[in-house]
Amino acid sequence: MTEAAVPQKPCKKKSKFVQFIPVYIMALPGLAYLVINNYMPMFGIVIAFKNLDFSKGIFGSPWAGLSNFTYLFKTEDAWIITRNTIGYNLVFIALGIVLAITVAILLNEVRNKIAARFYQSVILIPYLMSMVVVSYLCYALLSTESGFINGTLLPLFGMDPISWYAEPKYWPFILTIVNLWKSIGFSTVIYLSSIVGISKDYYEAATIDGASKWKQILHITLPLLKSTIITLAILNIGRMFYSDFGLFYQVPRNSGPLFRVTNTIDTYVYRGLMQLGDIAMSSAAGVYQSLVGFVLVIASNGVVRKLSREDALF
Amino acid sequence: MHTKEDKVMQAIAHIVMAFLAICALLPFVLLIIASFTDNMTAIRNGYSFFPEQWSLDAYDYILKQWGVIGRAYGVTFLVTVSGTFLSLVITSMLGYALSRQGMPGRNVLMFFVVFTMLFNGGLVPTYYIYSNIFHIKNTIWALIVPGLLMNAFNVMLVRNYFRSNIPPALIEAAKIDGAKEFTVFFRIVLPLSLPILATIGLMSAIAYWNDWTNGLYYLTNEKLFSIQNILNKINENVNFLANNSSTLAGTVDTTSLPSGTIRMAIAVVGIVPILIAYPFFQRYFVKGITIGSVKE
Repeated sequence: MTEAAVPQKPCKKKSKFVQFIPVYIMALPGLAYLVINNYMPMFGIVIAFKNLDFSKGIFGSPWAGLSNFTYLFKTEDAWIITRNTIGYNLVFIALGIVLAITVAILLNEVRNKIAARFYQSVILIPYLMSMVVVSYLCYALLSTESGFINGTLLPLFGMDPISWYAEPKYWPFILTIVNLWKSIGFSTVIYLSSIVGISKDYYEAATIDGASKWKQILHITLPLLKSTIITLAILNIGRMFYSDFGLFYQVPRNSGPLFRVTNTIDTYVYRGLMQLGDIAMSSAAGVYQSLVGFVLVIASNGVVRKLSREDALF
Repeated sequence: MHTKEDKVMQAIAHIVMAFLAICALLPFVLLIIASFTDNMTAIRNGYSFFPEQWSLDAYDYILKQWGVIGRAYGVTFLVTVSGTFLSLVITSMLGYALSRQGMPGRNVLMFFVVFTMLFNGGLVPTYYIYSNIFHIKNTIWALIVPGLLMNAFNVMLVRNYFRSNIPPALIEAAKIDGAKEFTVFFRIVLPLSLPILATIGLMSAIAYWNDWTNGLYYLTNEKLFSIQNILNKINENVNFLANNSSTLAGTVDTTSLPSGTIRMAIAVVGIVPILIAYPFFQRYFVKGITIGSVKE
């Protein structure tokens, strides 16, 4: 109908624009959502440069300059949350890759297809669960009074019960195990899909030449997986300033004595905002995360682009 | 050709995979058995795989509190269904627009979408904007809108699918026949795109079912709690259910509740639906993971 109202003008661009009006309308709800959910919060980072007073709103609150940041970086917390966020991520990435590739290769070897699918489905179940559910599972194992480990496992070895939720020294291991337990199915599926894509010809040729299974894995599978491994690792490194809030908040049950080893940027921001009412520190930490995170994503994507163009995010 | 080496490899693969499968499942088995354990036994011996005394007390209690839990199920179901539906509609419409060749300003819109994958304002501004500008706190929208409704990654997946599976000539032909853009999209493009819609729809439904953070940030009214929010609250306070039961308040002595096993039983109630449904959507789930991580 709009087309009828506007006769064909020499200006082609305009008529094209008019012709696409229904398509723009289709894009509108999604774009509006991005404005609300993503772009408005981006501009909201000015909160970190303000002394926010909820009654006055963002624009009415007085400017604080960089003082929120200077306060934040004077605290010991700034160092602890940075160390924890990056440290855990590095461990998760490194162990995740090694374990997932091993499992994917073994799963690919399983000749019985029904069994293979069964294994894959079962190791994916943890990935399907929310972190709240995971924290219940951990509680059943680790609860000081009634946990399985204190109640059954430790007595078997004649050991005394341990107050798991009050002893920081165990948590780097517990969190790593929980993370691997939950994510291993997911990353296995990704590597498996790469392995399945490798042409059978290579293996047949190698078998004829008398290469053992181990040699085939070493000289065919791993080299051909290299680009997938590097790409995923770099993309994960780009996300290194972000942590899984649920893992670090739910699984340690928000336990104060553990904060030194369980506090990451995400849990710090949450506690500052919701539990301590310390919006200055919380928003400063949030902006710190956003900015460094942005630089890391851009840098890692740049590296991926150089290595294999089609795997880059943009 | 079944050499000896081949057999050894099969054996190793089966042993390792079976071990991992058991590791994945055992915590769930413990949780389920713990929920059927007599509370005194659980206190005395801890949760174990072979409790001395079984009991249905925890489930008995949950049935009595069905008002709170049934309601939470209803909220979870409503949020999952409506959220997934809305998400599919706006994601596919935006993805379709970005897939259309010759649309003026397409690159600008692409940048507008992709940039949200690179930079975000973080929790504090997001929380401020949703609660102080949009007043989303303690409304059902708090569980549907923030973060979960649409993401740039899915938009790009859908766009790529349309670009490689819907020939532009098909759209042109339909329009020459007099079909409007919306008719083309809903009658021709979407029916041809069911595989990708099923896949991202499933991932979105799982995200909605499992989400507990939106309730944590934006809800204080327990009437709007989803199952995950209830689980989270009980983690903080075992007596949450008793405190929130209108029918039993004051009549139940909270100290005599089988609190340790109730905790486990509620978690079982939370995971059973997803475990039952899993075999049916398992294939799409695997597909969702694959397309979501390695671009094809």
